[in-house]
Amino acid sequence: MPLAERKSVVCCTKMTEPPLLQIIGLTKHFRVGGVFGRTLHAVDDASLTVNAGEIVAVVGESGSGKSTLARLVAKVFKPTAGEILFEGRSVTAIRSRRDLLAYRGKVPMVFQDPFASLNSVHKIGYSLRRGLQLHRASLSPAEREAAAQAALEAVGLSPAEKNLEKYPHELSGGQRQRAGFAQALSLQPKLVLADEPVSMLDVSIRIGLLNLMARLCAEEKISFLYITHDIASARYVSQRIVVMYAGKIVEMGVTEDVLRRPAHPYTRLLLSAVPDPKAPLGVDAGEMGEPPLVIEPGEGCRFLRRCPIALGVCGRVTPALREVAAGHAAACHVTAG
Amino acid sequence: MSDAILEVSGLRVEYRTAGGTALAVDDVSFSLARGEFLGIVGESGCGKSTLLFAIAQLLAPPAAVTAGTVTFMGKNIAALNASALRAVRWRDFAVVMQSAMNALNPVKTVAAQFADAMRAHGVGSVSEITSRSREVLALVGIDSAHLKSFPHQLSGGMRQRVMIAMALLLSPELIVMDEPTSALDVVAQRSLMVQIRELQKRLGFAVIFVTHDMSLVGRFSDRLAVMYAGTVVEIGPTREIFETPRHPYTQGLLDSFPSIYGPKVKLAGIPGAPPNLADLPAGCRFEMRCSKALKTCRDAVPELHAVGGTQVRCVLYEND
Repeated sequence: MPLAERKSVVCCTKMTEPPLLQIIGLTKHFRVGGVFGRTLHAVDDASLTVNAGEIVAVVGESGSGKSTLARLVAKVFKPTAGEILFEGRSVTAIRSRRDLLAYRGKVPMVFQDPFASLNSVHKIGYSLRRGLQLHRASLSPAEREAAAQAALEAVGLSPAEKNLEKYPHELSGGQRQRAGFAQALSLQPKLVLADEPVSMLDVSIRIGLLNLMARLCAEEKISFLYITHDIASARYVSQRIVVMYAGKIVEMGVTEDVLRRPAHPYTRLLLSAVPDPKAPLGVDAGEMGEPPLVIEPGEGCRFLRRCPIALGVCGRVTPALREVAAGHAAACHVTAG
Repeated sequence: MSDAILEVSGLRVEYRTAGGTALAVDDVSFSLARGEFLGIVGESGCGKSTLLFAIAQLLAPPAAVTAGTVTFMGKNIAALNASALRAVRWRDFAVVMQSAMNALNPVKTVAAQFADAMRAHGVGSVSEITSRSREVLALVGIDSAHLKSFPHQLSGGMRQRVMIAMALLLSPELIVMDEPTSALDVVAQRSLMVQIRELQKRLGFAVIFVTHDMSLVGRFSDRLAVMYAGTVVEIGPTREIFETPRHPYTQGLLDSFPSIYGPKVKLAGIPGAPPNLADLPAGCRFEMRCSKALKTCRDAVPELHAVGGTQVRCVLYEND
């Protein structure tokens, strides 16, 4: 593709409708190591959008910054720089408790570990009612009860009346994670932040929850930001995919395009490493190396040390995201230069 | 079989608790040839780790072997006393645990831990210890400078490599591994698997590799045993099981992996959950979740039937 056609674009949204969630230049640095500490770049200059009724997957290794990104959107951390817009309004500007509760009701989180995320001394019903009390305070007790039951039915935990009275330890891992989804769902969310929601579950259970996400997205028009290290499950549920490496977005685009024609060498590495029973026998990865620690990284591509196609410029200039095809961008001097 | 280094036969392990007796491993039999790579796959609670602990004689109460034998290099190791066992363990077979962070001593350097293991097994000379330590670290691709490192100074992948190096110290005939890669992400996981396979081919030890992720061992193991609710439901050559899975559970398991290849297809997974091991049904333990269940499935636990190169515990193959 000639250079002139490659515009430096970041988002791949249709311009007709404002995106549900818009993240612009989001950065989070942590201080590590006390007084003479240094800076860990957990997320650097990340920009992405999530539209209404869309599942966007964020994939990367541990330490890539994908969970920090979700936590920034959930307002668990305060960003070092950058802006998060939800329905066109700034999330970072939210100050009052009322606005915060309303926001978290619209953008709830589902956590990785269903054994730790549900309070083990309370029944499932309590956790659901408590969430409703906080985030949908206008409901009457009877409406709360109905909303809690409806949420449990929607995630396949029926009969709901019976499951409301159960303690987390009475449920299996898969059922617990469904209860976690029910908690999010009962708040009538617009966007669910799902941080590795299936990685602790058994393989045969996982697919059921991924199908649930896809169904909620298709039928209830709920968007998901699906954080995962499993690129195969990302393909299964997401319409668009964002690949993160060492705190940076290195590639993003329509899921099928990115998987079929991965532009960034890291995406190619990830794809070659997936354990897949259906993989053709020829596919084999070479030496894989280790992901870097992102403490004061300086200029240059962070994938440099592991990159099989690096050039001299890669060590000096941090590559920006550039469009390689319609709605498909990568940050690489060599393949998207 | 004369070249078998390990024979497990009719093994049964129970957890006896106040709440009842849970049958974690029920009538498991298999043999392992010298230099063979056997994958054991199954979901959490299927008894795969208990089986591995029983083979390594690491079970602690309330778990106990209540029937069957484990014959390792001609000796029934279930009958060995503690000191006889100590001589065999690590010298002839070693164990690599799931979490290297918990298995390594956080306040000792890698070198000190290697030296401990060798001294405990009669290697006294300092020069021998040092040279062997360097050698095994080199085998797993870690610079010998890391002998002076503490576990927290190593990455997750390196720690698992150190664990494998430690298992190799005394050149054992068998290494049993309990999900050694489950704490790693896909890229580190893949490179560790490649390395284990290369080492195994080069040094000729046998491997029993326990994992919940069937796709992981697909291209590395010679044979595969699929466990469900304490029993082996299918065992045979890995390629054959992947190409023609016969037990409905194996089929369901393979259909639960979304693929990055080929057209996108909707998957169903396996509905339901495994049975309670303390309250097992009289018949086939997979019957409740099985799409192909017959009436007779509820009557008795099916036998293992030989089909092709595999053995399948399912009545569908009774007359094959």
